[in-house]
Amino acid sequence: MAGYTLGGALNRALRDALAADPDVVVYGEDVGRLGGVFRVTDGLGAEFGEDRCFDSPLAESGIAGTAVGMAMYGRRPVVEMQFDAFAYPAFQQVVSHVAKMRNRTRGRVELPLVIRIPYGGGIGAVEHHGDSSEAYYAHTPGLRVVTPATASDGYSLLREAVESPDPVVFLEPKRRYWARAELDLPVRTAPMDRAVVRRPGADLTVIAYGPTVDTALAAAEALAEEGREAEVVDLRSLSPLDDETVAASVRRTGRALVVHEAHEFGGFGAEIAARMTERCFHHLEAPVLRVCGLDVPYPPPHLEEFHLPSADRILDAVDRLQWESSWVPGASGPRPEASRTEVGA
Amino acid sequence: MTTSDAPPVAALPLPSLEPLRLIDDDGCRTAQPHRAGFDLPDTETLRMLLRAMVVGRRFDSQAAALAKQGRLAVYPSSRGQEACQVGGVLALAEQDWLFPTYRDSVALTARGVDPVEVLTLLRGDWHCGYDPKAYRCAPQCTPLATNASHAVGLTYAARRKGSDTAALVLMGDGATSEGDAHEAYNFAAVWNTPVVFLIQNNEWAISVPLHKQSAAPTLAHKAVGYGMRGYHVDGNDAAAVHAVVARALAEARSGGGPALIEARTYRTEPHTNSDDPTRYRDEAEADRWRRRDPLARLEALLRSDDAVDDAQLAEYASRAERLAESVRTRLAHEPHRSTDELFSHVYAEPTPALRRQRAGVREAAARAERGGASNGGR
Ligand SMILES: Cc1ncc(C[n+]2csc(CCOP(=O)(O)OP(=O)(O)O)c2C)c(N)n1
Repeated sequence: MAGYTLGGALNRALRDALAADPDVVVYGEDVGRLGGVFRVTDGLGAEFGEDRCFDSPLAESGIAGTAVGMAMYGRRPVVEMQFDAFAYPAFQQVVSHVAKMRNRTRGRVELPLVIRIPYGGGIGAVEHHGDSSEAYYAHTPGLRVVTPATASDGYSLLREAVESPDPVVFLEPKRRYWARAELDLPVRTAPMDRAVVRRPGADLTVIAYGPTVDTALAAAEALAEEGREAEVVDLRSLSPLDDETVAASVRRTGRALVVHEAHEFGGFGAEIAARMTERCFHHLEAPVLRVCGLDVPYPPPHLEEFHLPSADRILDAVDRLQWESSWVPGASGPRPEASRTEVGA
Repeated sequence: MTTSDAPPVAALPLPSLEPLRLIDDDGCRTAQPHRAGFDLPDTETLRMLLRAMVVGRRFDSQAAALAKQGRLAVYPSSRGQEACQVGGVLALAEQDWLFPTYRDSVALTARGVDPVEVLTLLRGDWHCGYDPKAYRCAPQCTPLATNASHAVGLTYAARRKGSDTAALVLMGDGATSEGDAHEAYNFAAVWNTPVVFLIQNNEWAISVPLHKQSAAPTLAHKAVGYGMRGYHVDGNDAAAVHAVVARALAEARSGGGPALIEARTYRTEPHTNSDDPTRYRDEAEADRWRRRDPLARLEALLRSDDAVDDAQLAEYASRAERLAESVRTRLAHEPHRSTDELFSHVYAEPTPALRRQRAGVREAAARAERGGASNGGR
């Protein structure tokens, strides 16, 4: 069968990046002979040799820290953290050094490196294999944080990440690794810091990224059958954030919903909601709502369906995007009387 | 199917419990077995070490004075540790890199970094005042032990490019407890990178003594577990530190792998100017160490060899005085502050959000300038 999976597109992006620039090196845990536990680096060691793609000792902080040193000497390391929750030992290096080296040295030392992290749930894995850690990284100035939702973006964003003069945390939605798409590679899609409209619609805006873009599209499909057109915006880059594209959509539709797998509290959705309130207040017909993971540690596989945003949960939230039903249970005070009569969407 | 390409196992000798010394506390050459196959560096090198220590100490005392006057935000003195910093740095070759910490200002001056640039961080002007690539000195590192893996990555990259660049990592005894230290030692040994880790064991990590930090017989013993060479050296003996670091660098450069050196020294001053050591240590202990002064030891040896005279020593002192004077006058000027710089070095190009914030700060700064009021002139 023709086409590529997201995992295959990432593999192709790494291969093309290695071929294009002799300074690119790919390493991490099990990335050499095995090709990574998700096989994203499959065959690269054999094709480019041990100098360019290799296994490192099992130590995430050391992987990130050595990448800092390599980039200081002019190489472009692309390192793999095996799973989201196992990248935490490297957090100190990422936040204190990777993100800050350019700033600390007044721009004299830049770190063009990429940290690839398979993230998010939905693959029925046991604990510590399903975290959505994007907010930690996006909160850190100096890092670029991107996440592809499609195979073509997987290719294009990864090539751009490797070429970027800034360090990039590249979050790979692991449950999308095997999603197949008909496409020819190489392909370059929108620039790395641009959000894109995946599906146009006039009635409301659903803002999603990485693993939830497909869920949002499925919900939009169901809404269309009810005669409501949802516009789906795929952020692609969480930092820097293209709030211009998002705001343009929200001003058009007047209603917005953010969908992500990470916990709601202090999550990335809060940033979008705050920004859209600031930028689109006079256009909004209802509060910006969020459909997120629960505020619980990532649950065991048998319960993860309740944690992960589903198309049904999105549809329920869409119903609450009417002014009179946007009251959030648990909020203080009695439910207010509807003060508006119009029913939009 | 698996294959193994593991190298053959070679036994590593345990570092000796007694630190290697080439000069004793009174400035006399030590006898075997203390010399353990190491020779005293030649006279020219010894003079160079003494001169750099004299200059370094004056710089340190000047910086401490500036901190007292409030001209520096903070200063961690390395008085008493000059033999480690100077002895280590002067063993580096031109192409090598130095990875210093906040305490290693003297090491940076010995490397040739402009002293005012060294103090930029501690003055609060900017995080790193010098160009790391021009001097081949990483920014002074504040998070403990995190500089070590940077050195491993850098030398690994250099070797792959065919360069014989080696690196010297400076770290404290407390830092050896951090996970990052272990990861870096292990990476260096497995990748066989030319890195020399020089631990300045100055007995204290702020208020915590070494015996609460590590149960190892010596910190040098840690090397063996990673499969690298460990050396235990008297850190107040500049000749010994220089000889050991020079040998370790040469071995590492020629493919012999990294090394871990424990230099036994003492922090005679407080942790920083805002620390109160009377809360945790007995000043009699500090006094004992002050009498093992690294400068006095080397000077006594060179004098008894007639290798320096009063005129030369006066020349070192006046060189040191000129440096202190230049630091004082140049730090008397208020730094030029540009608020734009806040935003210039976050990303290669400021993002739209940063451009918005930059405009806001520019406006606030201009208002403050006009009104001179602390509330932004409103
Ligand atoms: C990761 C980290 N934890 C804590 C600190 C705070 N801190 C600064 S210096 C210091 C003691 C370090 O002792 P040592 O490594 O022996 O170096 P010394 O200051 O004695 O040169 C501590 C705890 C830090 N800088 N980094």
